Amino acid sequence: MSALTFSLKKPLQFAINCAALTPDALAKRTFNQIAAIPLYHGKQAVRVDELFDISGHDSASLRFLNATHQLDYLGANLRSGRIDISGDAGAYLGFGMKGGEIHCLGNTQDLAACNMQNGLMVIHGNTGDFLGGAAAGLRKGMLGGTVVVKGHAGDRVGDQMRRGLILIEGNAGDYCASRMLAGTIGVLGKVGAYAGFSMHRGTLLLTTQPDLHPTMQACGSHTLPFLNLLFKSFAPYSQAFASLKTLRAARWLGDAANKGNGEILIIKNF
Amino acid sequence: MIINGIQIDDTFAEAFNMRGTRVIITAQNLKWAHHAAHAMTGFATSVIGCGVEAGIEAEISSELSPDGRPGVSILMFAMGSKVLMQQLETRMGQCVLTCPTAAAFAGIASDEPINLGKNLRFFGDGFQTSKLIGGKRYWRVPVMDGEFLCEESTGMVRAIGGGNFLILATSQSAALAAAEVAIAAMQRLPNVIMPFPGGVVRSGSKVGSRYAAIFASTNDAFCPTLKGVTQTELSSDIESVMEIVIDGLSFDDIVSAMHTGIGAICALGSASGVKRISAGNYGGKLGPHHFKLHTIMGNKQP
Repeated sequence: MSALTFSLKKPLQFAINCAALTPDALAKRTFNQIAAIPLYHGKQAVRVDELFDISGHDSASLRFLNATHQLDYLGANLRSGRIDISGDAGAYLGFGMKGGEIHCLGNTQDLAACNMQNGLMVIHGNTGDFLGGAAAGLRKGMLGGTVVVKGHAGDRVGDQMRRGLILIEGNAGDYCASRMLAGTIGVLGKVGAYAGFSMHRGTLLLTTQPDLHPTMQACGSHTLPFLNLLFKSFAPYSQAFASLKTLRAARWLGDAANKGNGEILIIKNF
Repeated sequence: MIINGIQIDDTFAEAFNMRGTRVIITAQNLKWAHHAAHAMTGFATSVIGCGVEAGIEAEISSELSPDGRPGVSILMFAMGSKVLMQQLETRMGQCVLTCPTAAAFAGIASDEPINLGKNLRFFGDGFQTSKLIGGKRYWRVPVMDGEFLCEESTGMVRAIGGGNFLILATSQSAALAAAEVAIAAMQRLPNVIMPFPGGVVRSGSKVGSRYAAIFASTNDAFCPTLKGVTQTELSSDIESVMEIVIDGLSFDDIVSAMHTGIGAICALGSASGVKRISAGNYGGKLGPHHFKLHTIMGNKQP
């Protein structure tokens, strides 16, 4: 069976909430039922088939073609199956997702993988702020799963992140790992100012020394065998990260202003 | 049954149900992995006095070890799960946590997890950190040489302890030389350990004693110096008996080890001084697992 495909007919004036279009939500629906699902475009409820050309049958595998940054909440609460996005995705990509896979070939807006609990998200382009963060009003961000960003990420990566793995092959913005509770974030490129701001626990793995604020405490350079386990675990997700070999890292702990025990590891001579 | 001039007695080894676990210990090099493993498996020859029976199962190359460093796998057996848990935690804390560069990982999968680093982490006094990698939780405990890395738990499985055979020879040196040959062959096998010193035990025991407080005592029927005063099992030409005890993860693992060990001795021939191979049992009343020598050696000729 071919993937159930939604091809956007024309550029949108307003963002639409696509949370209803997931493999789990569409599993038991007929083609006509899917076409009639209402999506909100501004104040108007619009049928799916008014916005998208629909083809294919396999609801376990969804494809979005001509996708733009106006498509919010793609893959929200996804439990199983796979979503492929050709183009860009809007905000809240994979919001609260609990399993399955999302592959976005373009860029995404803010809050991708927000409150994600499990599964795999791969963003081939760039992503906005609060990757793996918490939605407004929630006190914990990403709770599990793996996010791989081939491009760059915005500010506040992993804000209040509780568990899981975020790998960014490009650069990350300011306040990377801010208020982080646990989990692992890796950045192969550079990070902006205030990395680890108000960090409680967790690991921020870097390859270049950032300008850290004074409440991150230098703990010297060390050989850490656990890095071998970590690098091996990267292999299924990112060849760039899996190619890390050295176990030598400079260790910074903090945020002392927050009595935090989070660590920033800066890999030496990778 | 006679193989290469050595008599195989028509008897059986009697073995018991145990609980077992496997731990992989790695270190900066094999030397330090062995230091940790030897400490952890020390004073672990018999559950009678040590609580557990433990030994080094195999060396593990850096390519196959969890953290890319060389290591060894150890097996540990106890009569019950509670004792096994207590002994594992105590020995981990005193022998692996303390050993320079050593790290410990689960060596066996099971539905019954048993603590490895789950409680040891508190040694970190709040500075310990955990990492969930590939669905497994690891603890990183800061110590004076760097970090002690330890997986949170390993598996506990049902196992068998007390497989054995006796080597009856015309001299002490001949019996020991044959035992060494057998041990060298058996140590190449997975899933088994021979927990006594060098894999060999000279003080085989019988159940009971003339002293009320002692529940096991010397196996006088196999003591060569008592031939004239006891119901001896030894002929006049036997001057020394050595026993090899085997603990394994399954019945088949012990069968394979006994077959390999006895086969290696038989390959030496009677000219080596070994005249008989026998086995220790309690009349079949105590242990549910019976390893019949004729069945083992008859079905699988070396």
